[in-house]
Amino acid sequence: MSTETIENASIRRQFITFHSGDQEFGADIMAIREIRGWTKTTSLPHAPDFVRGVINLRGVVLPVVDLKARLGRGCTDPDPKHVVVVVKAGERTIGLLVDAVSDILTVTAGDIQPTPDLARDAQAEFVEGIAVLDNRMVTILSMDRLAASLVGEGLAQAA
Amino acid sequence: MDPMEAIKQTYFQECEELLLAMEEGLIAIQSGEADSEVINAVFRAVHSIKGGGGAFGFENLVAFAHIFETVLDHLRSGTLAADEEVATVLLRAGDVLADHVQAARNGEILAAEHDREIKQQLETLSGKEGGCDAAGDFDGIDFKPAVIALDDLDPAAQQGWRIHFAPHAALYAKANEPALLVRELATLGETAVTSDLSRLPALDVIEPDQAYFAWDIVLKGDIARDKIEEVFEFVVGDCELDIQPLETPAPETPEGLDVETMAPQPEVAAGQPEKKEAHAAAEAAKQTIRVDLDKVDRLVNLVGELVITQAMLSQRVAECKIPRSSPIGDGLNELEHLLRELQESVMAIRTQPVKSVFQRMPRLVRELAAQTNKKVRLVVEGEGTEVDKTVIERLGEPLTHMIRNAVDHGLETPDERAAAGKPEEGTVTLSAEHRGGRIVIEVSDDGRGINRARVREKAIERELIAASAQLSDEEIDNLIFMPGFSTASQVSNISGRGVGMDVVRRNIVDLGGRITIGSAPKSGSRFSLTLPLTLAVLDGMVVAVGDQTFVLPLAHIIESLKPQPQDIRPFGHGRHLLNVRGAYVPLVQVSELMGIKGAAKPLDGVVILVESQGTGRLALVVDAILGQHQVVIKSFEGNYRHIDGIAAATILGDGRVALILDVDGLVGRCRSQLADAELQPTGT
Repeated sequence: MSTETIENASIRRQFITFHSGDQEFGADIMAIREIRGWTKTTSLPHAPDFVRGVINLRGVVLPVVDLKARLGRGCTDPDPKHVVVVVKAGERTIGLLVDAVSDILTVTAGDIQPTPDLARDAQAEFVEGIAVLDNRMVTILSMDRLAASLVGEGLAQAA
Repeated sequence: MDPMEAIKQTYFQECEELLLAMEEGLIAIQSGEADSEVINAVFRAVHSIKGGGGAFGFENLVAFAHIFETVLDHLRSGTLAADEEVATVLLRAGDVLADHVQAARNGEILAAEHDREIKQQLETLSGKEGGCDAAGDFDGIDFKPAVIALDDLDPAAQQGWRIHFAPHAALYAKANEPALLVRELATLGETAVTSDLSRLPALDVIEPDQAYFAWDIVLKGDIARDKIEEVFEFVVGDCELDIQPLETPAPETPEGLDVETMAPQPEVAAGQPEKKEAHAAAEAAKQTIRVDLDKVDRLVNLVGELVITQAMLSQRVAECKIPRSSPIGDGLNELEHLLRELQESVMAIRTQPVKSVFQRMPRLVRELAAQTNKKVRLVVEGEGTEVDKTVIERLGEPLTHMIRNAVDHGLETPDERAAAGKPEEGTVTLSAEHRGGRIVIEVSDDGRGINRARVREKAIERELIAASAQLSDEEIDNLIFMPGFSTASQVSNISGRGVGMDVVRRNIVDLGGRITIGSAPKSGSRFSLTLPLTLAVLDGMVVAVGDQTFVLPLAHIIESLKPQPQDIRPFGHGRHLLNVRGAYVPLVQVSELMGIKGAAKPLDGVVILVESQGTGRLALVVDAILGQHQVVIKSFEGNYRHIDGIAAATILGDGRVALILDVDGLVGRCRSQLADAELQPTGT
């Protein structure tokens, strides 16, 4: 371990955690713009199943991604209790459909473990690491990778 | 941004305008319409480019502009006649100057050989009038564009200055007060002011809003010239200002300095005469301000939001069963009208004459003519036609390509033309006009026209069409828009740049426009571009398909109709054609194309007949027509990706998102499905 890693280990990061299916996920708080209740979307033709369609976010046309479906765990059947997390990643703004938002988590980089090598599935592509706190395990997702996967090759393959 | 960098950017923006003005003037000179005003305008433009360039140390640019300016100066003073030969050299010099500016902008230095030839030509021209001492002077000077504070140049023991100050009416109109200026001068040194009433007319002809007074001010003391100029800084374009040293000691011209900027001749000493004249000229035309485009865009977006809110409000009012004739309804109508007007006005801010793109074309034609050894005349019409800035910005490339094609492929060589009984000089016409809420731009030539046999052969060779295909002339002409089509047997330097007409078409379609060709063998071809005036709003028909709402651009719609059972005929694999008064049109269900379940069958729905550009008509089946609205175009490609058959999205009155159908994309999607259906049974 170099000194650099040790220094990094003390940097604190904040994550918003949310539930999707039976898992708890975290996303860097800096990427989160707002959290809204589920509203009916306008579906997009020829879109993969995880793209629920688009909604009007104060004049901006926002694509909504079903996180559960994106991670290959089946589609969510959304009702008004479901939540759309508005994420800004790079130049892109997308909505993320999740079951519920639970918490804000402050962890140091040292608390984040790399993704275990075993878990190579649809999810692995977006996982930044795993935060372990007490008895909780939160999967940290990379919003950048998630948003980028909506455009171009990645999507064409997924579709 | 570093302030110097910002000033530099402004300089380059000004250069663009100046170069355009210069070229316009040069073309006028070439066509023999040059009067002294035109020549002056060109001179001023070149001089201003030189002046600014000097301040930033663009030595090559300045050196070249200087030689150019010298020739123009001879032209101005009448010692050189503006004949055709001169005009050609000047135009070429103008192009090279533009190259210099471009190079400076990119932080490069133009290779010396690039301007050597033209420099020599210019020098020959300036030497032409024989024994001209001015030219001799300039030749002797090794010009260095150093930034020199003017006060350094003035004789050290300055006695003082004589200032003649004659305000124009515009000075007062801008709320300047001469008395304050004079008082400020007095803070610099001892002043003696005499008023000059020579311009004052008789009482009965005095116009109350004109300026008649002038002042002669003698300012004593060792005062730097720029201090005085500073006082008049804000009014310099709105007055006559003449600052002269009280006593003119013989100035020693330091070597290596531009004589013109420092010689104490009255004309030059008058601050910046060019600038003054330029101001006057600009004022005669129109007053403009430079506004950051972002600010305008924000305004456009806000107005867009306002239109959506208004639509939402109207809908809510309608839901409350308030009649349109009630006071509330009246108010809403009024609001709607005002909003539309507001929207149009805001959009108008973004519009610009197409001139800015059109003006790049003469140079292109000149270069092409030289490269292909053809004689070409470019006729430009309707360059004052205004269209949205975004449209203009994206017009350059397709137009360039079309003009290239016209000169390279369309026009024949002078010999061929003479043999065909045509004048040796070919004509390419570039025109723009407003027609029915859109702008129509045409590029036509009087060349050989499209060689249909050759096009057909090529298309078969490239496997774009089957050898047995029966195509109408129009269909053959349209083949040149197919990707992977290029008629040039040899990839020439000019046309073969890896972009074909398919790219041109793609560009135009992306702008929401269409492109059509008309061609007659031996007498030429004509390409017409029809483009929307703005890219921000669209007149659309709102339709329902299943549980979804779509918007169809009105520009594509020919008519809507209710189909009768006997009009629908099966055709091919599960396809149908619709008989529209004798013409059979492919019938397509939007629900099928968009993968929507639960939509109406053709007979229960409404058919909307649309025309896609170049590829014919299509009958689209939707469930119902909900209305006709102007919608604000919202792109979602920034957050998502492009979807075939969908142009963009919009927000409806109820706040929900509706997708705008892209008719051309739908036709494309339809064709590929059709092709798949046809291939499957025969392919296996």
